[in-house]
Amino acid sequence: MDVAAAKMIGAGLACIALVGAGIGIGNVFGALINSLARNPAAQVTPFAFLGFALAEATGLFGLAIAFLILFVF
Amino acid sequence: MATENPLHQFTIERLIPIHIGKIDASYTNSALLMTIAVVLITAFVVLTTRPAALVPGRWQSVSEMLYEFVADMVDKNAGHGAQAYLPFVFTLFMFILLGNLLGMIPYSFTFTSHIIVTFGMALTVFIGVTLIGIARHGFRFLTLFVPHGVPVVLLVLLVPIELLSYFIRPFTLSIRLFANMMAGHTMLAIFAGFVAVLGIGGILPLAVDVALVLLELLVAVLQAYVFAILTCLYLADALHLH
Repeated sequence: MDVAAAKMIGAGLACIALVGAGIGIGNVFGALINSLARNPAAQVTPFAFLGFALAEATGLFGLAIAFLILFVF
Repeated sequence: MATENPLHQFTIERLIPIHIGKIDASYTNSALLMTIAVVLITAFVVLTTRPAALVPGRWQSVSEMLYEFVADMVDKNAGHGAQAYLPFVFTLFMFILLGNLLGMIPYSFTFTSHIIVTFGMALTVFIGVTLIGIARHGFRFLTLFVPHGVPVVLLVLLVPIELLSYFIRPFTLSIRLFANMMAGHTMLAIFAGFVAVLGIGGILPLAVDVALVLLELLVAVLQAYVFAILTCLYLADALHLH
């Protein structure tokens, strides 16, 4: 297998990290809707966005690795 | 794909070459954007609060809202006695916010998309917070690494984990900001590259790009907020030792 093909496969594998980010972000906003439906007066939206940012960042670590493999090495 | 390398936007160019001995201290496009950010923040805050009216006008309201937002964040998250560190958190928040937002202007440069910039800031926070903790509590600062109410047998396992999670903080803090900015801007460039190649079908990647710009604006504000709020939480740890 030549290096170019291996790079493509590696970048694709690195993108699997985004599965976790997707699950995490879905969880965060699902829980937000759940809590707001139960108690519309709850002041939880800022925490939801904090959670969204933290969950998204972990997935982007993988995406950043994919970009590094594709365009830098 | 006959497009430009999407990482081209992150190249640092020397605008005014300055060499001190073997050290390359050139004034780069990164430094230029940082200067613009600092000048803009200072000018905005100083000029809008100059009238210091009791009933604020529109501009003064904006600056007061920014101040109150950060003051509230420090109060709620860093707890009692953290107001002394408000100027630092406010400066950090505004600097990162302006860095992220200036980067959203097409053909400009995002200095927060460079790991060395974010790592510098994160390391400053880490060292500062650790020193504050040691100065306040002396040897008792080490109890931060020992969770309460845990059997002694488990401590053998938990203390190394706590230590590791403490020392990994500057890395996670800096990589979070850097990866968000880097991945976001690269994604914009990749989809922009498809627009010209696809001809009339290029309307689709263009639509994706418009949506991504909106997402990136959200992320730009959110990441500045996250960096500031995590600084507050670390400060709370050092001040109150959970």
